[in-house]
Amino acid sequence: MKILVPVKRVIDYNVKPRVKADGTGVDLANVKMSMNPFDEIAVEEAIRLKEASKAEEIIAISVGTTKAQETLRTALAMGADRAILVETDAEVEPLAVAKILKAIVGEENPGLVILGKQAIDDDSNQTGQMLAALTGRPQGTFASKVDVAGDSVAVTREVDGGLETVKLALPAIVTTDLRLNEPRYASLPNIMKAKKKQLDVKSPADYGVDIAPRLKTLKVAEPPVRVAGVKVADVDALVAKLKELGVA
Amino acid sequence: MSKTLVWVEHDNAAVKDATLSAVTAAAKLGEVHLLVAGSGARAVADAAAQIAGVGKVHFADDAAFEHALAENVAPLIVELMGHHDAFVAPATTTGKNVAPRVAALLDVAQISDILSVEGEKTFTRPIYAGNAIATVESSDAKLVVTVRGTAFAKAEATGGSGVVEDVASTGDAGLSSFVGAEIAKSERPELTSAKIIVSGGRALKDSETFEATILPLADKLGAAVGASRAAVDAGYVPNDYQVGQTGKIVAPDVYIAVGISGAIQHLAGMKDAKTIIAINKDEDAPIFQVADIGLVADLFTALPELTGKL
Repeated sequence: MKILVPVKRVIDYNVKPRVKADGTGVDLANVKMSMNPFDEIAVEEAIRLKEASKAEEIIAISVGTTKAQETLRTALAMGADRAILVETDAEVEPLAVAKILKAIVGEENPGLVILGKQAIDDDSNQTGQMLAALTGRPQGTFASKVDVAGDSVAVTREVDGGLETVKLALPAIVTTDLRLNEPRYASLPNIMKAKKKQLDVKSPADYGVDIAPRLKTLKVAEPPVRVAGVKVADVDALVAKLKELGVA
Repeated sequence: MSKTLVWVEHDNAAVKDATLSAVTAAAKLGEVHLLVAGSGARAVADAAAQIAGVGKVHFADDAAFEHALAENVAPLIVELMGHHDAFVAPATTTGKNVAPRVAALLDVAQISDILSVEGEKTFTRPIYAGNAIATVESSDAKLVVTVRGTAFAKAEATGGSGVVEDVASTGDAGLSSFVGAEIAKSERPELTSAKIIVSGGRALKDSETFEATILPLADKLGAAVGASRAAVDAGYVPNDYQVGQTGKIVAPDVYIAVGISGAIQHLAGMKDAKTIIAINKDEDAPIFQVADIGLVADLFTALPELTGKL
């Protein structure tokens, strides 16, 4: 089977985002960008399934600016076979991304689509579930274990109380949580090889999808800032503070 | 006045607390109707009808709804949304799983994890792990929102006079099935509703040390136990202990961070605590920049001493 892995180019995990002074968004100029960490886990899981002979081909997809090609090259260097960039300079909301992915699912007919559970920029946590809805496929969200067997996949999910396992009929949609795997680093030879792999560039219009936003961002502001309090000298002083708080 | 449909989070026996915050948020949008989808869950529907301010309780009882599989409950919600204007779910793992499936079927952009209701279609929500707060306005005819529990007061669980109305099941979609669950049973308070939380980080070394160090203090304070991602990844404690951007979002009265450096992803999950206490031997640890009370000390001597003196 084929596996589709959508990936998003986002602010690097280790960079602290700064809100623009005019309140229109977060300043991304000259900021290090990387593949969304949950998407790296998705790419890794697809590669492991291929290495276990459960999949034949991995197609990485990104919806974004021309720079998202770098993110796709990273996926190719990790081990994806080919890539599709759906290029646009517009900010595309999860619903529109899901519609584009639905169209690609229609063309490629993958057995699995593995996505990150959320992107660390907008923190929406929607695209996988929306794609599952639009394609009428089952969804295994927040996966910490994925076990493909025959015509179904067992997905162990990280839920509020612990873990839950569901069995989904293939084809299915899976979204990754943190502990599914530890993504590999691409080796230098693989990075070189990735430059020669096929990367098709398309546009949202090629898939007939209207990406006009449904939400209008009126303002982006800094959260209320916490200021550092006091440091106490020893445990006795801490006990006294806890008593003041009525805790002890 | 618009009509809202609130997803009732439950275990087929009792209403979960997260529902009550969602009811408070929904009440700001209009009339509050509830949906109880479950199996043998009549007691849940009856209890939900007691929640203050609730009108109708739509009750769908079917084995297909026992585990709230998104494939089965989404069509039911979509049908009920024919005569409601907003679907409101708590931002629990169930709400996060189900709501986007509903939104896509309704062709609506979901607004995730709202912190406040600013107008009929305007909300604030955290982005970039809470490092920025966006105010967004929807242009869709219907709304689908998930609600951050710590941002809204809980509605009173009793005093209401809702009416339970049975709804026909939309059946089993035949796409998915529940296999099993490992749900931790604990005598301790739940993380998301605890008044006091003691959280441990990577410095706790291993699961035995975590237990021997953190649990006595938590027991003494009647506190819930949390952990940083590093401690969970290292296997000291199970995944449901994780506090942070992608784990649980908590806002207790007192949060005691032990051996936690304070990565932004962790701070995103606990910075709404009323009082933050940090114990760390590294005086430059970022956790001290947000802590109200800090103690620079080796946790392996400070914690037993603290536990002993309380």
